[in-house]
Amino acid sequence: MKRLSLMLCTMGGIVALQSCKMKNTDSVVQGDAASKVYVAPGKYDEFYNFVSGGFSGQVSVYGIPSGRLLKVIPVFSVNPENGYGYSEESKPMLNTSSGFVPWDDEHHLALSQTNGEQDGRWIFANANNTPRVARIDLSTFKTTEIIELPNSGGNHSSPFITENTEYAVAGTRFSVPMGDNDPAINTFKENFKSTASFISIDKDNGNMKIAFQIMLPGMDLDLSRAGKGPSHGWFFFSTYNTEQANTLLEVNASQKDKDFIVAVNWKKAEEYVKAGKGTRLKAKYAHNTWNEETQSAVSKVEEDVLVLDPTELKDMVYMIPCPKSPHGCDVDPSGEYIVGSGKLAALIPVFSFSKLQKAITDKNFEGDYHGIPVVKYEAALHGEVKKPGLGPLHTEFDGKGNAYTSFFLSSEIVKWDIQSLKVLDRTPTFYSIGHLCVPGGDTKKPSGKYVIAYNKITKDRYLPTGPELAQSAQLYDISGDKMQLILDFPTIGEPHYAQACPASLIKDKSVKIYDINKNHNPYVSMGEKATKVVRTGNRVDVYMTAIRSHLTPDNIEGVYVGDEVYFHVTNLEQDWDVPHGFAVKRNNNAELLIMPGETSTLKFVADRAGIYPFYCTDFCSALHQEMQGYLRVSAKGSNVPLKYGTGESVAAPAVAPASK
Amino acid sequence: MKKLTNLGRFSTIFVIGFLVTLWFFPMWRIDLKAPQYPGGLTMTIWINDVKDDVDVINGLNHYIGMKTIHKEDFKEFVYLPMTIMIFMGLGLVVLIWNRKIGYYIWTAIFTVIGLFSFYDFYKWEYDYGHNLDPKAPIQVPGMSYQPPLIGYKKLLNFEVLSQPHIAGWFYIAAGALLVFISFYEWRKSKLA
Repeated sequence: MKRLSLMLCTMGGIVALQSCKMKNTDSVVQGDAASKVYVAPGKYDEFYNFVSGGFSGQVSVYGIPSGRLLKVIPVFSVNPENGYGYSEESKPMLNTSSGFVPWDDEHHLALSQTNGEQDGRWIFANANNTPRVARIDLSTFKTTEIIELPNSGGNHSSPFITENTEYAVAGTRFSVPMGDNDPAINTFKENFKSTASFISIDKDNGNMKIAFQIMLPGMDLDLSRAGKGPSHGWFFFSTYNTEQANTLLEVNASQKDKDFIVAVNWKKAEEYVKAGKGTRLKAKYAHNTWNEETQSAVSKVEEDVLVLDPTELKDMVYMIPCPKSPHGCDVDPSGEYIVGSGKLAALIPVFSFSKLQKAITDKNFEGDYHGIPVVKYEAALHGEVKKPGLGPLHTEFDGKGNAYTSFFLSSEIVKWDIQSLKVLDRTPTFYSIGHLCVPGGDTKKPSGKYVIAYNKITKDRYLPTGPELAQSAQLYDISGDKMQLILDFPTIGEPHYAQACPASLIKDKSVKIYDINKNHNPYVSMGEKATKVVRTGNRVDVYMTAIRSHLTPDNIEGVYVGDEVYFHVTNLEQDWDVPHGFAVKRNNNAELLIMPGETSTLKFVADRAGIYPFYCTDFCSALHQEMQGYLRVSAKGSNVPLKYGTGESVAAPAVAPASK
Repeated sequence: MKKLTNLGRFSTIFVIGFLVTLWFFPMWRIDLKAPQYPGGLTMTIWINDVKDDVDVINGLNHYIGMKTIHKEDFKEFVYLPMTIMIFMGLGLVVLIWNRKIGYYIWTAIFTVIGLFSFYDFYKWEYDYGHNLDPKAPIQVPGMSYQPPLIGYKKLLNFEVLSQPHIAGWFYIAAGALLVFISFYEWRKSKLA
């Protein structure tokens, strides 16, 4: 009997041990996960997933649910692969008020919207390091505009947009002095300001312009979201470091029990602008636009910016206290609830827009923060999600009344009900999730089928590749009551925020070729007969064409050491998926990738005499390997006449008539 | 001289109507399909033009030394519309003259035009497929690339299907109607 009870005890212990086993992937992935993500060869994915590249500076595009990488769009970093930032036409895109900047840190994306729903026209991207906002055209998947932001440092709460794409915002993470001043760093409290820039978007062509900047007290603006529906006309920014520390923020910016969510009434700001209020401050910032007709970018440096001061212009900005350094600041599909996620808090406060309005009307304030009224916490609060997890960061919505919040510290996604604030489900992520994305999860009409986790730590998720690893994204099916992990997929760069939209919004309007008859690049060659080589001083312009499978001209002589040679290559093809590439030996430059009907220019300067082979780098046909040519570079001062052609051997160089 | 039946008279209007479609729809289509052209390529032949993927096909065919197709090289695009126009004019004469013999002659002319067009089309296809540039990059010994006059053929990596297009079917219908009505008129005259 004793032995039996001992045996039972031991077994009980084992069973208990078994049930205490920590959760791992084996216990998370079950059932028909494979069939849910299987997209058969030749079939298309249901969603485009645009994923920020973080320190890669680019935007990557994945298909969902397969997780297949479809494209990397160069935005803020040069891309030798296709010549972005290397071709003469694209160089101005990366121009700033301080000249050419070849890299940036890209964090957040915003798909354009109409009436609070995605319209598939453009996607906006932010540059953190050298503050900029870019617009990418979704018919060409090409960066077509970049605007720099003055009076900004660490453009983090950007480029979130309003429900009709009226504005993209750019809130500065680092407070900086206004203008190009250099006060002592420890005069932060007096001299440093944070700005929220409102970039207006032309509703027809998407052109960006800094409409106005709202100058706020020095603090760190973190993330933001526009109101929608009833809260349309308002913008909400999360803040931290309202302690106004300028050193060891890790400690010094975590002292206060509450920081703020800044509520900006931008309709009011518009009224002030219309009334001629605000001050024009001198500020240098670049504005770069890509012209699809000339197929080249132009960079213009702007001279001033309109600044609105909320301490003078009343009823425009209010602060809502929010626990412990809020990070995410997300507005639900109805536009009524604003979710603040204190990244050091153990609860999630949810604010009510209607209560906020009432508190403002009733002047239910607890004081002010450097002249800006602070609404009482309870007066604006809808309620708190109790014990949701540790380290809430971001929240997306499924359009069925549920919110999905990412938790970095407890490494999980928690699903909760917006009305009742009850936690409904939780699922682990591998490991330490940052942002998350529900297709359309920030709009009025989310497609609540999947949530995608973008994890900050990868560790053992894939075959090891040395110390530097890919980043890990995870796809969860949220169509049922329980979230279900169905796929891991590695990503490039370091994804922060991502957005996804139904493929149908974009795929049918995707451009296949550029119409060569609409090519107004000043260096276009309209056909092989128009090719030529022109010398102007030490500048040599080669007007070249590429068509399967030859370059015209493919023999060029009469170029000298030190000449600046510009190869203007026109791809004469008018068929889908026939790009040509172009590269020259020993060029201190990258290559070109030229789409059908496009003209691109590659600069080359030879440092010594010799024969320089050039060729097509994109496998274009069965005779691609024959698509090559020679450039003869002669010593400076030698007498080699300019000669060029294709199809017949270039005549022997004229020898100087020494005998005569 | 016997007069046309009502049916015969009506049929002239129909024949002319059928032929008018030649100015609104293509008469022939040649479809090509290859692994790297999942959507396929189509060349349509009109009474006075070649359209659709002609440029793409020209780009491909230079590898095997086939001539490039240009609208300007076809004198048919001038003569054919003229011929059909005259033929339709003759139809009105047949209608007004209202004699069976007229109808028979009209049918005979159509048969001659039809046969000659097919012969001319075949001759062009033969030349297009056989008369290759001796300097062509890809030369397959013994290989020629004549597209089928009608029907299916495999040419290297391409599958080729040649068939009438909308106006082509109307043209064929016009021919069928002419032959049928001629026979009908002849039977009627026997019975009378």
